[in-house]
Order: sequence, then structure tokens, then C-alpha cells
Amino acid sequence: MSTHTGLTRTPLRRVLDYAVLGVLAFIFVLPVLYLLIGSLKPSDEVLNGLSGFLPTHLSFDNYSNVLSSLNSDSTGYFWRFMGISLLLAFVVVTGGLFVNSMAAYGLSRLKWRGRNAVFTLILLLMLVPFESVAVPLFYMFNDQRNTLFIQAIPFIANAFSVYQFHTFFRSIPPSIEEAARIDGAGPWRTFFAIIVPMSKPAFASVAILTFLTQWGSFLWPVLMVSDPSVRPLPLEMSVFQAQLPPDWGQILAFGVLLVLPVLIVFAFFQRWFVQGVASSAVKG
Amino acid sequence: MTSVEPAHAAPHAREKAPPVTAAKPARPVRPARSVRKNRDWLHGLLMSTPAVAGLIAFVGIPFGYAVVLSFYNVRLGSPLAPTFFGLEQYRRLFTDPDLSGPFLRALLNNLTFAVVVVPVQTALALGLAILLNRKLKAIGLFRSLFFMPVVFPMALVAVIWRLILARSDQGMLNSALHAVSFGNWGAFDWLGDSATAMASIIVLSIWQGVGFQMVILLAGLQQIPGELYEAADLDRASRWQQFRHITLPGIRGTLVFVAMLTSVLSFRVFDQVYVLVKGGGLNEDAGRTVMYQAVTTAFDQNNVGQAAAITVVFFLIVVALTLIQRRVVRPDNED
Repeated sequence: MSTHTGLTRTPLRRVLDYAVLGVLAFIFVLPVLYLLIGSLKPSDEVLNGLSGFLPTHLSFDNYSNVLSSLNSDSTGYFWRFMGISLLLAFVVVTGGLFVNSMAAYGLSRLKWRGRNAVFTLILLLMLVPFESVAVPLFYMFNDQRNTLFIQAIPFIANAFSVYQFHTFFRSIPPSIEEAARIDGAGPWRTFFAIIVPMSKPAFASVAILTFLTQWGSFLWPVLMVSDPSVRPLPLEMSVFQAQLPPDWGQILAFGVLLVLPVLIVFAFFQRWFVQGVASSAVKG
Repeated sequence: MTSVEPAHAAPHAREKAPPVTAAKPARPVRPARSVRKNRDWLHGLLMSTPAVAGLIAFVGIPFGYAVVLSFYNVRLGSPLAPTFFGLEQYRRLFTDPDLSGPFLRALLNNLTFAVVVVPVQTALALGLAILLNRKLKAIGLFRSLFFMPVVFPMALVAVIWRLILARSDQGMLNSALHAVSFGNWGAFDWLGDSATAMASIIVLSIWQGVGFQMVILLAGLQQIPGELYEAADLDRASRWQQFRHITLPGIRGTLVFVAMLTSVLSFRVFDQVYVLVKGGGLNEDAGRTVMYQAVTTAFDQNNVGQAAAITVVFFLIVVALTLIQRRVVRPDNED
């Protein structure tokens, strides 16, 4: 490397920076390009060596074929898979925001005996990854298989979300609440009318991380869902790609439809995505 | 005048609330306030009950149940009542010639995965973070590009890479290698060959996950004061010296955190293996992971007791790694 003074940005350095970044980004984005282009090509041209990248004969046929091939009771309906996933995400995200933020407030801003013990319990439960309770849950709720209820309920209360809210609420100056209390607001009103509105960033980043995790959730549906009428999208992705013979164009079109909602959320709320990830780690 | 005690004074918060300046109270002062203050315990309890109940019901109890189940011979749908098994499930997992093979292979695979992914992905993420920690035009676009795969569901990532690594000579990687080697390299079954199955899983997992670590490290880099670099510039320190003596010490804590996080995540690998075994021609034995083993044991073989024992072993590994992480990483990295 050059040993002359570092950070002065010569034009040459800048060109070099862009070149290195450009090459890396190109390699990195190839699989995504392949997905997009392949989803728009005739199926027999997808798995076709390097020409799989060539945007030839583009059309949306694969997309309409996905919708028409997933259109009976035996295969399930595409819009139903999508609807199930959206509904589960909605329930888990909104329910989770409500329940976990409330708990974090009760544990961080109200003084009561035993709150430290409860918070310690939550910190301990944070150490337990979902994978280590999947098998016993599968056994305990075996008669609840193929229900929407069992796909959503276990994920609403989330120790990590409580912890994130707790961290955020602790940084709010007490004087704000005291003012509200002196005006005669009880803890509930203080929370909903004052704390929640000023904690938008925390709510946004918890919501986005929860949505991301829930949208890609796979292990639990594998164990609990066999019926196409309550099957979420990622599980259907696994079923759909295992068809024989594989229809590559349709499989990739299905993949695009699977990632689209989360990409849209990502495009709009990217800042919070990144902040949520970064802050959870730096503070963690 | 009883003022409500600040629940948990933030480090820089004022000790006392400013005196209330409202000279004439708009409404009569309600003496009930002190009563309400004493009922904080009730409200606090009520507010935390739903989440705590959910956590106990879906994390705490099942976790205890996993340990209990692992001591029994529980089979799903079996007409026989479960019998107490003691440590038999564990003995079988580690020593039974018929049963321990796949499980030990799964452990070894996870270990291989961790040993490769932790250093490689952390180094890659650090390299990217340093490259992206510049004030260049369009830097935000580059950051998004590298972060994008993080939002891709793993089930989809597995499918994309199934095509890239397809074993026919028309597979993306095969035909690229064919082109650059002037036809000397032909078709190779990346996912099916036991020598490259785990490597394939590793590559696609790194592609999906490196952006996540990159973002964490980027946040760490941005906490290093710029003056340090300016001072180093004045001292004519080379870029390498700056990296060695400013950057690395500045994000050591974050680096260790990322490495530990990645090692925990390495043991949780499941989705991509399951998807690729089910439809992608992945070599099952070379690709199986501990979680894959737990799920197939519970689900395909109905052997819940055995799967619970696998789960307990998995948890012990993860918790050991997490505790090491807590020990090594002190919170509040010095700024």
C-alpha cells in the first residue's frame, strides 16, 4: 500500500475506491440479478449457462403462471399464501410492539418490588434461542398444528424486543414523566400519551426487525404446517421449488414475489433497519 | 410536596425535576397522587404481565420441558406410554453406533461451518465496513447493496444458489468455470459432492449474512473519533499503521461481539440445509446440522425424546458461546 500521507483524497484514490467498491458490489449483486432476470425469462432459458443473465425474451408470463398453477385446493392458492404471511406478520408485529413496549415501560419507569427479578428473568430468557424450544413446543401443541393461532402466538412476546424498548425508555429524562404525573396523568396515560409518541425510533426499529424475522420464518412452519390452506410463503417456497420437473422461471418468479414485500419495507425504512441492527449490537 | 422519584436516573439526567412554575394550579391539587404513587407496583405488574406470561408460556416452560422430555422415551403417535429413560438418549447420541453417526456428523458440520464462517465473514464484513466508511458520493447506495441480501428469506437464498450451483454443465458456476478454464473444467456437483456440500452452504450463508455484520462494524467504526486519524496523518503514519493502531483497537470490542454473534448463529443454521436437502440435491450427510438433526428426528422419525436431547445439547453449546461473549465484551466500549 502507499505509504504517503493517508486521508488526503487525491482524484486517483477516489477512482480506485469506486473501482474496488464497484467490482465487489457487482459480484455481490449477481445472484439478485439472476433472480430478477430469470423470473422474466422462459423457463428453458434460465438454467442455461452464462446466458441465464442475458435479458432475452422478457415477459411476465412466469408470474401469471405462478398464480394460475397455484390455484386449486390441492396446490393451495398463491394469494392465500401471501395473505397468511401478511396476516401473521401483522399480528406478530403489532401485538409484539404493544405487549413488549408496555412491559418494558412497567419494568424501566415504574418502581415496584420484584421488577428487577422480572427483568433478570427476561434477560435470561433472551439467552434461549427459539430453536431450543421448537421441539418441545411442537410436542406440546401437536393438536394445534395447522392453525393460524399457533403460527403467531408464540412470537408475540419477545425478550429481545422488551430489552430494546427497556434500553430506549431508560434514556428518557424522568422530568418529562414527572410533569405528566403532576398534571394528574396515571402511568397508563403517561405511557400512551407521552412516552409512546416520543419513542418512534425505538418502535420503528423493533417493528422492522420483528417483521424481517417473521417474514422469513421457516423452522416453525416446517414443524407445524402441512395444510396448504394455512401455509405461509417461505414454506411454500420450499415446497414449490421441490416440484418435479422444476419450472425454473416460475420458481424464480415465486421467489421475487416472496422477497418483494420485505424489499419494499427495506426501501422505505432502510435507515431504521440499519439503525436497529447497529444499535442493538453496539449496546448489546 | 412528594415528588415522584425518577425510576432509573439516566447518567446525565437532572437529579430533581425543575420546580413546578405554575403559580396558580389550574385545578385543585389532588391529594390522591401519593396513593397512586404507591400503586405503581400494581400498574408495573399489570403492564409487564402479558409479555412475561407469553415468555414463560412459550420460552420458559418449553425449555424446561425439553430437558424433561430428553429423559424419557417419548415417541409421537406411539401407543406405548413414555417410559423414563434417564440419560439413555444422551448415551445413544454420543456412543450408540447406529444413532450417534449422523448426530456427531451434524456437530462436526456445525463446527466446520463456525470455524470457517466466523473468521472469513468477520474479516469480509470489516473490509466492507472500512471501504464503506468514506465520504463518497453514492456511498449510501453501496451500503444498501451489500445489506440487501440480509432481508432475503433464507428459503429464497437457498433456491437462488441452488441454481447458481446447479450440477449440470449449464449451471451458472459450472459454465463460468468452464469459460475461464478454456473447457478444462466441466460440470461439477457442488451441492451433491460430500467434499463441497458444506462449502456451498458456507458461501451462500456468508453472502446472505455479511451485510448484517458489516452494518454493526460500520457503526463501531463511526464511533472512532476522526481527530485520531488527523493526528496520525500529521505524524506521517501509513494507512496500514493507522489501521493497526487506531482502527483495530477502536473496534476491538465490536469485532469480538460480531465474531461471537456469528458463532452463535453458526450453530442455529437450519433453513438453507433443509430447503436444499428437500429439493436441491444437497448431500444430506455432508450438509446436516444439529438443528436439521433435531427437526428430522422429531418430525420424520417421531422420536421426540431423542430430538429433545439434541435440543439440550444445542442449547448448551449456544449458551456457552453466549456466556463467553458476555464475559469478553464489556458493555460501554470506551469512546
